[in-house]
Amino acid sequence: MRIKMLVTLMWSLMAWFAVSAQNINVTGKVTDENGAPVPSATVQVRNTQQGVTTDAQGNFSISAAPGAVLVISGVGFDSQEVTVRGPNLNVTLASGSKSLSEVVVTGFGGTQIKRDLTGNIARVKAKDIENVPLPSVDQALQGKAAGVFVNAQSGKLGQAVTVRVRGNSSISASSQPLFVLDGIPITTNDQSSYGGDMNPLTDLNPNDIESIEVLKDASAGAIYGARAANGVVLITTKRGRAGKTNVSLNVQTGYAEATKRLEMLNSEQYAELILEGALYRDNLAGINPADPSSWTSYVKNDVMDYYSYGEWTKDPKKTYDWQDVVFQKGQYRQADLQVRGGTERTKFFSSFQHLDQEGTIVGNKLTRSTGRLTIDQKANDWLDIGVSLALTRTWNRRLPDDNAFSNPLQAIALMPMTPFIDPNTGLDAGTPPGDINIPLYYNPLLTVKYGKFTQDVYRTFGNAYARAKLAKGLTLNTEFGLDYLSQNEEGYFRSETVRNQTRAARGVGSNSAAFITNFNVNNYLAYTLNRGRHNLNTTVGMQYQESQAKYNFTEGTDFPSNSYTKIASAATKSGGSSSQSDFRFLSYFARANYMFNDRYLLALSGRIDQSSRFGKNSRSGFFPAVSAGWIISEENFMRNLKAISFLKLRTSYGIVGNAEIGNFPQLGLFTGDAGYAGAAGQRPSQLANPDLSWETTAQLDAGIDFGLFGNRVTGEIDYYVKKTTGLLLNVNIPATTGFGSQVRNIGKLENRGWEFVLNTQNLVGAFKWSTNVNLAFNQGKVTDIQGQIIEGGVSAMNRVEQGYNVGVFYTVEYAGVDPANGNALFYRNTLKADGTRDRTTTANYAEASRVVVGDPNPDVIYGFTNNFSWKGFDLSIFFNGVYGNQNNIYGMGRYSSASMLYEDNNTADQMRRWRKPGDVTDVPQVRLYRVNGSQASSRYIVDGSYMRLRNLTFGYTFANSMLRKLKMEKLRLYVSAQNLATFTKYTYWDPEVNADSFDSNIAKGNDFYTPPQPRTFLFGVNVNF
Amino acid sequence: MKIQHMQIGKLLTALVAGGMMLAGCEKRLDIGPYQSISEAQALNTEGDVNVTLIGAYDGMQSAAAYGGEIMVLNDLIGNSTDILFTGTFAGLNDAYNGLMVSNNSFATSTWAACYNTINRANNVLSAVDKVTSSPANKNRVEGEALFIRASMYFELVRLFAKTIGDGDANSNPGVPLVLTPTRGVTDEDYKARASVKAVYDQVIADLVKAESLLPTSNGFRATRWSAAAQLSRVQLQLKNYTEAANAANRVIAGSGRTLNPDFTRLWFTFINGGGTMPSEYLFGIKVTTQDGTNAINTYFGRGIGSIPGTAGRSDCKIRPSHIAQYEPGDRRNFFILSGGSNYTQKHLDRFGDVPVIRLAEMFLTRAESNFRNSTAVGATPLEDVNRIRTRAGLSPLTAVTLNAITRERYLELAFEGHNLNEAKRLQRNVGTFAWNSPKLIMPIPQREMDVNKKLVQNETY
Repeated sequence: MRIKMLVTLMWSLMAWFAVSAQNINVTGKVTDENGAPVPSATVQVRNTQQGVTTDAQGNFSISAAPGAVLVISGVGFDSQEVTVRGPNLNVTLASGSKSLSEVVVTGFGGTQIKRDLTGNIARVKAKDIENVPLPSVDQALQGKAAGVFVNAQSGKLGQAVTVRVRGNSSISASSQPLFVLDGIPITTNDQSSYGGDMNPLTDLNPNDIESIEVLKDASAGAIYGARAANGVVLITTKRGRAGKTNVSLNVQTGYAEATKRLEMLNSEQYAELILEGALYRDNLAGINPADPSSWTSYVKNDVMDYYSYGEWTKDPKKTYDWQDVVFQKGQYRQADLQVRGGTERTKFFSSFQHLDQEGTIVGNKLTRSTGRLTIDQKANDWLDIGVSLALTRTWNRRLPDDNAFSNPLQAIALMPMTPFIDPNTGLDAGTPPGDINIPLYYNPLLTVKYGKFTQDVYRTFGNAYARAKLAKGLTLNTEFGLDYLSQNEEGYFRSETVRNQTRAARGVGSNSAAFITNFNVNNYLAYTLNRGRHNLNTTVGMQYQESQAKYNFTEGTDFPSNSYTKIASAATKSGGSSSQSDFRFLSYFARANYMFNDRYLLALSGRIDQSSRFGKNSRSGFFPAVSAGWIISEENFMRNLKAISFLKLRTSYGIVGNAEIGNFPQLGLFTGDAGYAGAAGQRPSQLANPDLSWETTAQLDAGIDFGLFGNRVTGEIDYYVKKTTGLLLNVNIPATTGFGSQVRNIGKLENRGWEFVLNTQNLVGAFKWSTNVNLAFNQGKVTDIQGQIIEGGVSAMNRVEQGYNVGVFYTVEYAGVDPANGNALFYRNTLKADGTRDRTTTANYAEASRVVVGDPNPDVIYGFTNNFSWKGFDLSIFFNGVYGNQNNIYGMGRYSSASMLYEDNNTADQMRRWRKPGDVTDVPQVRLYRVNGSQASSRYIVDGSYMRLRNLTFGYTFANSMLRKLKMEKLRLYVSAQNLATFTKYTYWDPEVNADSFDSNIAKGNDFYTPPQPRTFLFGVNVNF
Repeated sequence: MKIQHMQIGKLLTALVAGGMMLAGCEKRLDIGPYQSISEAQALNTEGDVNVTLIGAYDGMQSAAAYGGEIMVLNDLIGNSTDILFTGTFAGLNDAYNGLMVSNNSFATSTWAACYNTINRANNVLSAVDKVTSSPANKNRVEGEALFIRASMYFELVRLFAKTIGDGDANSNPGVPLVLTPTRGVTDEDYKARASVKAVYDQVIADLVKAESLLPTSNGFRATRWSAAAQLSRVQLQLKNYTEAANAANRVIAGSGRTLNPDFTRLWFTFINGGGTMPSEYLFGIKVTTQDGTNAINTYFGRGIGSIPGTAGRSDCKIRPSHIAQYEPGDRRNFFILSGGSNYTQKHLDRFGDVPVIRLAEMFLTRAESNFRNSTAVGATPLEDVNRIRTRAGLSPLTAVTLNAITRERYLELAFEGHNLNEAKRLQRNVGTFAWNSPKLIMPIPQREMDVNKKLVQNETY
């Protein structure tokens, strides 16, 4: 009730504000430095929605109050601000790209000029994300925004990526930022039922995007309240412009390959190693290796000969690199058509895209067809309305999860002497009617050939708005949005896959569907007042969101033959299910930005969030933030410092929340899955916690924005401290209650760090060279988990440990090899009474204590881009990297660097194993089927730092004179390469990795036969008419 | 100030529209999940209570409870001479070798499964007033829930506390007694261990009441005879021989059930019996292809090629020294040699029902109790023992001794989860451990010790 009163009060206040000041009609012309008209430039009254675009002659006409500030911006020009003094106004725009005058989107219709910002918002423009061969927009953020960490996780097409804004703020709740597309929080969590997590952002065409803003600090984020603790990513799509209709066609084609191949043992090396291990066993047991019952004989006959169909004896040198058959050169084709134009009253934007991408791993393929239409209509002098509708179909032929024998990369485990083709049948090794127990493990190619799992997503993003000008400076905005995700998944595995799919003896098929309806309404009043030296800009409103998720699933086995693949033909309907889960948010928000005398800035914002996810006693939360800025360079005492063209100090403090805590964690529940002997039953399944609420993050940010030498050099420096309390943890309770745990808000963690941004115009003139650098340091620390043991990842080696970052690697410390006997050694690390650890070594693994030996979270993330242009040529070189993180390779290492504990092929570096007393090496003696150093230990925790030449693009734009004859406006040809080079010490495929089978908030940095990123080469043509 | 009329109109419209949008939204936040229901909706009708009772059976059916692990633990802790355990589960291996530590995973899961089931039963008992269709139905529901709760407490106190006769049951810590459903976690939920005596008193009270409430037939669910049989087992453990004999006698005389003439027909209930629970099972856990696991089968069973439907981990091999104890012609010499080792045929059936109490035990309990009391409630000890021997295909004895009775009991009930409790009751050594060795008592799970400071750990852990 109090909330309503508060909102009503603010509502009335704004109505009162609205009745002041009167507008005049301002007309003018926008020209460039040479006096040529600038068409399609935007003229906007600062801090309002009110804006027009210039016509073909650069003329505009706008209604504005005297003293109001107009922001004039055009593509390729620096924005400029001009104060309205009278009815005529002519503006000359300077070309260049100056970040200070950029207009930044702040949410709920708000925009601010970067110069006036008091919060921390990173902006990524269309130019930075378009036409790169990445299926989803979140991946395109990688290296582009300071403090935004992106890990693509694997080279599988369309799969989930990790995005962290200023570190990891949660242990059990989601740590992904909130993605808001044109005002609507969209569905971004995985909906697939097979393999690793998928990324629903793949359904959004990155080329439709005008800009992306990442709200990083609490001041920027508080308007999204309980949903902003992980940062908010605002995505704004392109809209129409008044003026000539522009048709842009972009076609690109190319191919992709895996960034790296792994060096494995060849047949001779493999035989050398495994026979050495067998000899060790023979010596140990006192058996003559020549004896037919010796380990040596066993390995020769029953291992190497058997698994090579007898070929090994005939030709011990013949080697099959299984990577040859699992990696492929994948074709990439993409065509985009964008049509943009309109009149003063009606503007439109439309786009079509078709993307056809093959994976670098056999059996992986993605296609996307999307279309978008956006119309903005000025209904009359006080009402603007508009709609935008995008339809997408994304089709994906999936790969299994990393930890599946059918994962093609697991083929590196197969022996190098095993031929690809069974010589007895001429079919792939392991295909019936041949011996299905060859190769050593299931041949994953059989799933590629005889199995298929596809995901088919139909996605609709729709929104409509109405903006009524109620009075001078006061607008009422209503936005309605719908995000509808409809997904069908089909799998069919033929009988040939039975070694992997045990129920596929006569075929197994599945069909499942997900329907996610996500509906959102925003209503808000925006009021702008410019009077004298006062600029006030306020917004107050409400948001309501409702999401419904419905799922169903059917499965059948026993098909008449492999020709029948639909469940209609299955003799046994072996599985079926349906389920549903909903959530809702009702929120009220307010924001005020005040500027005095162009230099003193103050911003207040707050949001009240209520959600179906919160407990009864904490249904409603208030999230306030305050920020202030001082543009020192406006002060008289700074005027003489010519070198410093701009200097601003800013600071912010606020509280935001994380409501991604699951849909009903607070309720006391019974579940109807407790049947007995055919009778249906229910059981108490969850304990109520009526106090349960969001996780709370308080964040302090202090920053400096600066410009030097006439803003040829601009930059930002930020320091932040983020303290998260009320972490959701599954707290153990006495099992005598009938429950094992209860979800409570108890844990604490913090992140603190520095961010640096530097943009320089190194060379201006005919030859242009500019550089953008971003660099961020983050240090996370779990400060309190009240003794809970929280582990995850490969062999539970990731752990939440007080005093360390979330998910550090916690295992036994490897101490190398005993030169005397080839034993693997471990540090005891027993905690002594004085607090130090026993650094003596032992060959007995059980005597060694686990310690923190690594951290999958990088200390430093960075990206830097150099842009060059000369006449029609342009060149862009973009690097990004991470530093100070470790990866866990135990998933593979326990098999492939394991001293022949198993018969898996080994990595080539295992050749440096211990062989005789006195050998100094880090690879223990080979002991067939015996554990010698292959236990979980720091031996498998390795440096994961890398720097990557992420993108290189070289283009040529033809001169206008040539094009006019062809009736073209623009013609650009370009070549680009993605992931061209990677600089790293990492020994497996790709240091940018996170195995999908183990992925969770705390389980990062694991490699488990995870496909590497593709290296993509493209040739593209862009034509404008 | 100057406001145009049109603007006032627009403003009013906006304010009204805004107000309307705010109203009525908050109610929309009161939504719930679909696959689960709120606890407030869960126990309001007779139907609700009935399905919660089924849920209590489901809890009792879990592998860590009467699904079989309680029986497996009893046999492994209490028997190192008859069984050769070759399994890889560290928790069972430690139990078998007398090397349990406080975080033994089977101790943890059995403790949790029993209390989870108790909470389900407590939920039923808290809402039994909702059963209004007939007094008989209400009695049945209450009786079944009491039987389930009592059975779980009985197993807990025997596994996790000192046995009767080892010190003072009035002061020996038993297990925490929880008799109401858990709805939240308060200080009250951090309970200390009640005394062994208090736990047994509760078990007896529940079973006595259950016996009085339960019907004489109830399908494969708990009947009056199930409760009486469990009560006779409790009383025998407490050495209350009169009550034990009387309870056993009530079952034998009242149930009308008889021993199946063919001992071998009591097993392979799915493979040979088509999933029908033998009437000789006074109580058993039903396993179907859709639901439930026979955990005795998991560890004692083995897939035998010649018997389709058999399965198991082949972890528990029966030593020849055990097999040598059967007299020639004893049908209970019911083992199968496979891969060089012997396995009991009682638990080969993957979907076989799990026997909890068989009628044969009642004859043996009545015989022993009568013998100890020098009474002949229902029949003489000799008659009862010979009934068991005759069914096993053996010649009747002419006279009985206590040893003869307990020996018959040992052979009849072998590998059905009695060894540990029998050793403690009869005060016999288990391997090198004395009957009252703390090594034969399971540890209070470490996770429980960690979360509940009021708990006292058992000796040696």
